[in-house]
Amino acid sequence: MDWLTVVLYLSLVVYGWLSLYSASGSSESTSIFDFSERYGKQLLWIGLALLLAFMILVIDAKFFSSFAYIFYFLIIFSLIGLLFFGETVAGSRSWFQIGNFALQPSEFAKFATALALAKYLGKLQTDMRLFKTKAVAITIISFPALLILMQNDTGSALVYFSFILVLYREGLSGWIIVIGLLLAALFIITIKFGEFYVAIALVALAVLLFALFRSLRHQWKIWLSSLFVSLIFVSMVDYTFKHVLESHQRIRIAVMLGMKEDPHGAGYNVNQSEIAIGSGGFIGKGYRKGMLTRNHFVPEQSTDFIFCTVGEERGFLGSMVLILLFLALLIRIIQLSERQRSAFSRIYGYGVASILFFHFAVNLAMTIGLFPVVGIPLPFFSYGGSSLWAFTILLFIFIKQDANRLNVL
Amino acid sequence: MYRKDYSARKYVIIAGFTLVAVVILVRLFYLQVYTNQYKLSARDIALRRVIEYPARGRIYDRHHKLLVYNDAVYDLMVIPRQVKSMDTLKFCRLLQISKAFFIKMMAKAKHYSYYKPSIFLKQLSQKDKGPIEEIMYEFPGFYFQTRTLRHYPYPIAAQLLGNVGEVNQRDLKRYSYYKPGDYIGKSGIEMFYEKELRGKKGSRLVEVDVHNNVKGSFQNGKFDTLSIPGADLTLSLDEKLQAYGQLLMQNKKGSIVAIAPKTGEILAFVSSPTYNPNLLVGRQRSKNYNRLLHDSSKPLMDRASSGTYPPGSTFKLIEALIGLQDGVVTANTWFTNQGPASKPIPSDSYISPVQMKLAIAASINSYFWKTFRAIMDNPKYANTHDAFDAWRKKVLSFGLGHRFNTDIPFEKPGYIPTRAYYDKVYHGSWNAMTIRSLSIGQGEILVTPVQLANVAAIIANRGYYVKPHFLISMSGDDTISGKYHKKYKVPFNQSYYKVAREAMTEVFTSTHGTAHAYYMKSLSQAGKTGTVQNPQGKDNSMFMAFAPVEHPKIAIAVVVEHAGYGATWAAPIASLMIEKYLRGKTKRPLLEKRIINADLIHNQKLKKP
Repeated sequence: MDWLTVVLYLSLVVYGWLSLYSASGSSESTSIFDFSERYGKQLLWIGLALLLAFMILVIDAKFFSSFAYIFYFLIIFSLIGLLFFGETVAGSRSWFQIGNFALQPSEFAKFATALALAKYLGKLQTDMRLFKTKAVAITIISFPALLILMQNDTGSALVYFSFILVLYREGLSGWIIVIGLLLAALFIITIKFGEFYVAIALVALAVLLFALFRSLRHQWKIWLSSLFVSLIFVSMVDYTFKHVLESHQRIRIAVMLGMKEDPHGAGYNVNQSEIAIGSGGFIGKGYRKGMLTRNHFVPEQSTDFIFCTVGEERGFLGSMVLILLFLALLIRIIQLSERQRSAFSRIYGYGVASILFFHFAVNLAMTIGLFPVVGIPLPFFSYGGSSLWAFTILLFIFIKQDANRLNVL
Repeated sequence: MYRKDYSARKYVIIAGFTLVAVVILVRLFYLQVYTNQYKLSARDIALRRVIEYPARGRIYDRHHKLLVYNDAVYDLMVIPRQVKSMDTLKFCRLLQISKAFFIKMMAKAKHYSYYKPSIFLKQLSQKDKGPIEEIMYEFPGFYFQTRTLRHYPYPIAAQLLGNVGEVNQRDLKRYSYYKPGDYIGKSGIEMFYEKELRGKKGSRLVEVDVHNNVKGSFQNGKFDTLSIPGADLTLSLDEKLQAYGQLLMQNKKGSIVAIAPKTGEILAFVSSPTYNPNLLVGRQRSKNYNRLLHDSSKPLMDRASSGTYPPGSTFKLIEALIGLQDGVVTANTWFTNQGPASKPIPSDSYISPVQMKLAIAASINSYFWKTFRAIMDNPKYANTHDAFDAWRKKVLSFGLGHRFNTDIPFEKPGYIPTRAYYDKVYHGSWNAMTIRSLSIGQGEILVTPVQLANVAAIIANRGYYVKPHFLISMSGDDTISGKYHKKYKVPFNQSYYKVAREAMTEVFTSTHGTAHAYYMKSLSQAGKTGTVQNPQGKDNSMFMAFAPVEHPKIAIAVVVEHAGYGATWAAPIASLMIEKYLRGKTKRPLLEKRIINADLIHNQKLKKP
């Protein structure tokens, strides 16, 4: 078993709980085992998570590869079930209420999808260069994503985009990612500056490139069609922005782009979050001394915006520690993946890294105003049992696979 | 199928992860280390400076009766930035204000500052704030601040005590201590002892939560300062005597000043017409203030220290003392009211010739004209002008012509004309004859009632005075009580003072005495009337006195404007005051009734053409 990964995991969990304790504890709190408070409950969730981790480690490693599709379809059914029996919390129909206990299947869909994808791509006869392989892989990924989107949980659905990194590692052309990023950039630039100016700029750029580089003229068909596609894309941006996206999403994007100042409305969260983090300074205000985070100035303090507590109380140094811990975990997972004998384990490992990376990057970016507000938790930090268990299961299945790597032929 | 090895792509992916982490770190560095803007915003939204207003010092009279104390009121404060959408109608209904008023006050507060607290509604009583207090959490951005207002259990000495009001632009410019909305002593004792009475404001930096609840002090009160309560003052005023003086002076214009001659402590400081000091407190303050300000009888003016009057015949005592000291007359000098020299000051008396004491008792003008002429023509001096300078110097030694510069508010210096003044007016050519009105205290000479009372004290003290003042003690400062204890000598021969005192006694005892009507067998009094011609109307009625004659405990001056003879109004008022102070109550109820019921203001108006 790779102890480094386990230590990194435990460090993040402890750091996370300390932040949660500071964020949700009142100043004269009594016991850390006070289960009426969030930090007390989270302690219970952590205990259960460790129990789950232990169970995964003692189960036979083959269990997960063998039952990968079973898990996947169970999750798919439960996601469909949500559409009929789900509880709506904060606008998203993504909870099963069982007695006092609420479970969020979309959290578990991540590791199930990673398993299924690894199972499929791990087969010898698949090849990313084949259309069929691509089509099946993308279907495996999009199925749960679409169901989650139907629950109105855009943030969790977006997570499935991260699997593109897995596909890339397994041979998907890098151009697809580059083109995807370029289109995303074009989308944002168009929203900010308007279709007309962006279209003019694109044409001007094309003319300039053609004039300067003679070699391009041989491939004029490709370039001309790219320009054409870009222009069509640009012309659709406005419609998409205004009619496909929902108004709260629209406002969040506009706020992030600085097109809209709305410190009391949609921009409130980010504004308060940036103030809390920014006021932390280099070394922070000290543990349990965050006057904004402790006095409820940041909404969703203990869940999606838990990073504010770290930023305010621990400052730049503490934030850097958090970022380095995550980066170390991610790189370690990549390294472990690459040493796997079985394609299944490797691909699953990349799936784990991709999901954790997406959560980590998007959550932090949104708290510091680099990304529109999408409600996804910071792994191991944000309050909530489902999220903590799902990430623990996700990671420990991989740790188990890694521990078992020498037994794979 | 052949499988290509893509394992090198891990470097691209690791590089991608690292790049994103670096971008996030750079942004964090900008937010947390590079820019200061978020630290400032954080202070703005999560900290509030709460000013702790100390209780203003209380004011007591000489018998430790509480004259001025504080009532708690509550200012409703607003920080516009923290105001969120709320039930404005409910808010207005609970506070009993109109929507228009709400909008107006919010605009005003925003105009001042979004981040700093402004006063939204001033001076609510506990009863006013009761209905809204329990649900303040529904109205983020609003909170109550405790303030104090002055309250006067005895409605006396309004002009002297002065009043407290909000600082104006000029105060704010002049003193950095005050912030808009602070209170400051605007006049009188409140203004003179402002620094001592106000104490020192404290401030606390507190953390608030998003609902604007105070969560406790910031960093264990590292940035807090304690407020220091204002000092309590004990004044020399005698509440009963002051109230009695105001009663006697009701419906009359004028003033009474009573001094304890040995100490210079002012016992009564009446200026009439006056007003109830409670009028200039609270939300009605500016309305009432404007009404008083534009009242033609000038109730805001303190006549006791800023009313200046020619002393008239009361000045004859000083004339006599100077004549005696200069050796140009003796107590036994006889003057008649006959002869050409008497003409310029026509005698109103049938008694002639007379000696000095009777001349004082019966207030015979011709006698003092002749005395004054003798002083001015004194061969000791090279000319009249030098003699005048010597005369003036002696007059000034009685505390006239300049301010005492103690804690008497609104003090005017009065005026004793100078040689230069007459040189200018008469182009250098003048003599005793030219300035003869000075002999009977008329003409350019002006004194204040408090100066006149001090002259009575000097004669009572046989040649010295302690500057008239109010402060007896101040809590927290033991050195202050000695501040006004210095004795000022008025160097005339004791035997001359004896003449003056006997003459003033005869004003009551002699059948020719102008105040003989107020003679009391059981209580020895000494005094001098003055009936001062007045270009604006009827004569000013004046009187100065002290009592008991042998061991004087009170020296007093009374001025009743446009009332007529000194003997008719000022003398009985002085005598009743003396009796009140020394005996507690009067044995002359009819006299008292006549004075109290006399209305000299409104009658006069009727007589005006």
